[in-house]
Amino acid sequence: MATSTTPVPVRQRLLPDWGMVARQRVYWTTVYQRTWKGSVITSFVVPLLYVVAMGVLLGGFVDRGGADLEGAPSYLAFVAPGLAAAHAMQIAAGETTWPVMGCLKWHRTYYAMVATPLAVPDVVTAHLAFAGCRIALTTGVFLLVMAPFGVFATVWGVLLAWPVLVLTGLAFCGLFFAYSATIRSESGFALIYRLLVIPLFLFSGAFFPISNLSPTLEAIARLTPLWHGVDLTRMLLLDTVRPGLALVHLTYLVVLAVGGWVLAVWRLDKRLEV
Amino acid sequence: MTSRPTSGVRSEPLPGGEEQAGSLIHARGLRKSYGDFEAVHGIDLDVQPGESFGFLGPNGAGKSSTMRMIAAVSPPSAGSLSILGLDPRTHGPQIRARLGVCPQEDTLDLELNIRDNLVVYASYFGIRKAEAGRRADELLDFVQLTDKAKAKVVDLSGGMKRRLTIARSLINDPDLLLLDEPTTGLDPQARHLLWDRLFRLKQQGKTLVVTTHYMDEAEQLCDRLVVMDGGDIVAQGSPLALIREHSTREVAELRFAVGEHAALAERVADLADRVEVLPDRLLLYTHDGEQTLARVHERGLQPVAVLVRRSTLEDVFLRLTGRTLVD
Ligand SMILES: Nc1ncnc2c1ncn2[C@@H]1O[C@H](COP(=O)(O)OP(=O)(O)OP(=O)(O)O)[C@@H](O)[C@H]1O
Ligand SMILES: [Mg+2]
Repeated sequence: MATSTTPVPVRQRLLPDWGMVARQRVYWTTVYQRTWKGSVITSFVVPLLYVVAMGVLLGGFVDRGGADLEGAPSYLAFVAPGLAAAHAMQIAAGETTWPVMGCLKWHRTYYAMVATPLAVPDVVTAHLAFAGCRIALTTGVFLLVMAPFGVFATVWGVLLAWPVLVLTGLAFCGLFFAYSATIRSESGFALIYRLLVIPLFLFSGAFFPISNLSPTLEAIARLTPLWHGVDLTRMLLLDTVRPGLALVHLTYLVVLAVGGWVLAVWRLDKRLEV
Repeated sequence: MTSRPTSGVRSEPLPGGEEQAGSLIHARGLRKSYGDFEAVHGIDLDVQPGESFGFLGPNGAGKSSTMRMIAAVSPPSAGSLSILGLDPRTHGPQIRARLGVCPQEDTLDLELNIRDNLVVYASYFGIRKAEAGRRADELLDFVQLTDKAKAKVVDLSGGMKRRLTIARSLINDPDLLLLDEPTTGLDPQARHLLWDRLFRLKQQGKTLVVTTHYMDEAEQLCDRLVVMDGGDIVAQGSPLALIREHSTREVAELRFAVGEHAALAERVADLADRVEVLPDRLLLYTHDGEQTLARVHERGLQPVAVLVRRSTLEDVFLRLTGRTLVD
């Protein structure tokens, strides 16, 4: 019979309906068309500034000191992959913090969406897919901008590093999304930026080998997702791949990306279930 | 007081009973709880195709909670519910594909222009771009927003936003239109414009479900309505039948000096079927208001102001709940 009678708990589906995800193309292209102008300049300029300031100028000092850079030929070569991975995380944060709250509180976009045939998993998946595209674009540009500096060992390494950078970003997207769908006020963002994004950015091996940290801090750094992304990207770009460790990195990032996605669906479902 | 439908011969007495043939909305013992708080206390509903059905009730009556369950976005906490013959818990997307929803709070995208709001929304229903554009233009015309097509939502007045939301709810040519307080907060002119549009939809044979706490809106738009209060259905029927059943033909309103009303009520009690004491006036329910008024004057009472009028749903509500609808 086509009626619902308690107590029969019917779980909403967790997996997205890909047709429904695809229907949101029109919305996300409109969003992109509205915002690309602001982002296109920064996606070229930001990597350039980073690479010149950190890689070339700071690198000049570091290289003179003869530092041990985990086998990297120069500080520029060491820091460039780290910057790219850290940047992927920052774009991930940018796409899945404020925009999620915007869709909940200011524009109520998600409420409009789930009143249509779309369901929560479809909505989350499309948003994460959009974030993934933005990360792919930005990190792609990042790699292009760094290419003339001559630090990449092989072309195939670059081609493999690119999806790894996207994966690194996606590993954060679901988690940030879940968090943003949970908090009620934007003051919660200051918290994760100060306690998570910035410390990770600084201490996950992007700027210096984490062996320079105290043993405890180093152990913590090895647990952070960004370190796995940084190290895997560096292995690929500098052609220093250690297959066993690379596999650990990859598994860690995939698990986090999928886990974050599930978590995001769960949190948004709770938030919208009224 | 029964919460079972009084109209329609096929009403089922048992919760979870057989669905009525052709009902677009069928609910038995429908409940909604938020944590420990129960907002809807087990209501029965049947809405037939082509009907204009209303929920009339004050703030917190549970109208929106019920509407969200019907809209297949809020899972029922208990009871049975079927929308368009489908179970919202298992067929949410299929149901929502055939609904038009105008939520109490606007969910328009403030950063998109008016027309894009419609076109983007259409895409969620799988409507192709060319067709979406055609429908968007047609609907903008219907709600008289064509000249605003390129404007941003933030630049619209409240009434225009409501019209846009209604246009948006029609983009998928829905079988069932759910309107949660379509005109609350609008000025009289904007309300009349909206009523006119809704009335046309009704004439086209659309099934409308409307919530409101305005009795004039309910009287204008609804063939049949339920009066909700505190999560219960306290009465139902057509506006006329409800008035006939729960009130008298006319009402004489007497205004005396502040504070005198309660005492004076006793002196006129025998002149009417029923007397209601409000803080600022007495309501005398009677068959012939003028005659009652004359007898009030005969007793030497001198009200500051008097008014004789027809009974309305407001009186029905007062009778049923002891409270006024809009306070
Ligand atoms: N998401 C929610 N969580 C907790 N309580 C809620 C929630 N939504 C509604 N309520 C409570 O349920 C009751 C009914 O609310 P509902 O919004 O259904 O009333 P309503 O008849 O639509 O009122 P109004 O005329 O003000 O829109 C209210 O007491 C309200 O506070
Ligand atoms: Mg409401």
